[in-house]
Amino acid sequence: MMGVLVILPLLIPLFAAIFCLLSWKNINGQRMIVLAGSFLLLVGSAFLLREVWLHGIQVMQIGNWPAPFGITLVADLLSAGLLLTTSLLGIFVFIFSIPNINLERKEYGFYPILMFLLFGISGALLAGDIFNLYVWFEVMLMSSFVLLSLGGTKNQLEGSVKYLVINFLASSIFLAGIGVIYGLTGSLNMAQISLLLPEIADKGLVTLAAIFFLVGFGIKAGLFPLFFWLPAAYHTPPSAITAIIGGLLTKVGVYVLVRFFTLIFFSEVPYLQPYLFVIAGLTMFVGVFGAIAQNDFRKILSFSIISQIGYMIMGLAIHTPLAIAAVVYFIIHNMLVKTNLFLISGVVYAAAGSFKLKKLGSIYAKFPFIAFLFIISAFSLTGVPPLSGFWAKFLLIKAAVASNYFIIVGVALVVSALSIIYITKIWNEVFWKKAPDGEGSEKIFYNQTSFLRLNRLLILPVVLLTIIIVAMGFYAEPFLDFSVQAAEQLFNRDNYIKVILRK
Amino acid sequence: MDEILPFVVGILYAASLYLMLQRNFVKLIIGLIMMGHSTNLFLFSVSRLTRGAPALVDGDAEKLTGIFADPVPQALILTAIVIGFGIQAFAIVLIKRNYDVAGTDDMDKLNTTDKINAA
Repeated sequence: MMGVLVILPLLIPLFAAIFCLLSWKNINGQRMIVLAGSFLLLVGSAFLLREVWLHGIQVMQIGNWPAPFGITLVADLLSAGLLLTTSLLGIFVFIFSIPNINLERKEYGFYPILMFLLFGISGALLAGDIFNLYVWFEVMLMSSFVLLSLGGTKNQLEGSVKYLVINFLASSIFLAGIGVIYGLTGSLNMAQISLLLPEIADKGLVTLAAIFFLVGFGIKAGLFPLFFWLPAAYHTPPSAITAIIGGLLTKVGVYVLVRFFTLIFFSEVPYLQPYLFVIAGLTMFVGVFGAIAQNDFRKILSFSIISQIGYMIMGLAIHTPLAIAAVVYFIIHNMLVKTNLFLISGVVYAAAGSFKLKKLGSIYAKFPFIAFLFIISAFSLTGVPPLSGFWAKFLLIKAAVASNYFIIVGVALVVSALSIIYITKIWNEVFWKKAPDGEGSEKIFYNQTSFLRLNRLLILPVVLLTIIIVAMGFYAEPFLDFSVQAAEQLFNRDNYIKVILRK
Repeated sequence: MDEILPFVVGILYAASLYLMLQRNFVKLIIGLIMMGHSTNLFLFSVSRLTRGAPALVDGDAEKLTGIFADPVPQALILTAIVIGFGIQAFAIVLIKRNYDVAGTDDMDKLNTTDKINAA
């Protein structure tokens, strides 16, 4: 009964969250529960990935109702791989949050909400029918609303209102799209929709549904011109929360777009392709220019999320197996690197007491080790060989050249070069320049060793993530192999349908 | 009803978007609630309206025959109503807190996190 493995990534965080709620007053107890929960989640998703790798797509029909009627959970290589990345980041951010999140936030339920967030993400990755996907997205968004506004500072509340309103709008559009699909096919199961949709005579309505999903998830993923909520909200909460939300949520939106446009709306891709290319190019450009203009460590990183999302949409638009493989590799690479950079901004905050570039400085002189950790992730983000970002961009550009899309290749390369500007800006302002007099003097640690020893729980996840990022670049072969296999599986629609519908 | 409902849905969508684009917090909340309603009605109307024919199987019959109301969209709407209710309740509390902290109900004043050199 291997189907149990598919539901474990949902049950573990759910029960961890429930146990946390039961021991509401006992913060240390909650910490142990979350530690156990996120560790079990990591083990569970690793076993799931192994099972999918060895034996193909894993399916669980809830309550043993056969496929088109019941609720289906599906784990293929893409969702199992992203699930493993998510649970890895979950445990790292949890370790980071122990010193980073203050006691007041923990007393008001930081730990259970963190588990509910992982619960929602796992569900969204494993959902096999579109309405279930909507419900999991709402679980995930509700948790992220609470995490963003937890603590209730003025900036957080302001960012949360924008985030909540625009995401509610996006969910409504998504729900309307579900309505159109159900009206056309009479089914909610992704495999059956994939089977029935090509037979629909009214192609206009299929395109309409595709546009509904593109706009709904475009808002959630932060595509041009729907991204304005992202930099307004993501930099307001403490670094641990920014890291998990900024690292994961937009990528789950991209995951759904990849899933929908390879499984369900594959026949719409030729029609939408020119628009997707324009959106991808503009998303890259606007993101990178926005990042260059900002003067806040985390706002630069928020805009750079948008720029990176553009690359993923570029791969989706090219829509060959190689391009989708590049997208899979890019999503995993970007989840790790972006989370790590947000965590490093939190370490810098612990050392110097600010996120404002104007107030920071001298980090390289005082803490060369932090600067070293930053530069590895930053180089990986911009795509310096042989780090992970290089392979991601290399594969994408290889796929684009192979399909003769030279304009988007030019745009991607120019944006990649421009991204060096904002990384240089952070490097100059935060690490290199002399710290302004009298800024953050009460938080200065004069000795790097004492800082590292006092903040070892902040440093540990950053070091571990950096090791993984370096490994992903230097030993890219297994990761690339995985991405290629995942893309092949995504394009092998008949197999997906056969496994789920047992036909 | 089949002819009227699309117009109702359209007007509700238009009105809710209009309200959400206003600067006032209260209008924003009403806009959010109406957006939820319009989507639910939209889901309801895609299943074609069937009156007085519930999806109940007769005692000795094996399956449904003839015309019957599709129960799936109704189940979807029930779920969507509950989720929407939760989000709207949270939004009201969040906006109330925002009003307490920021001391304004003007959306145009909520732009500190968008400014490049924010305080």
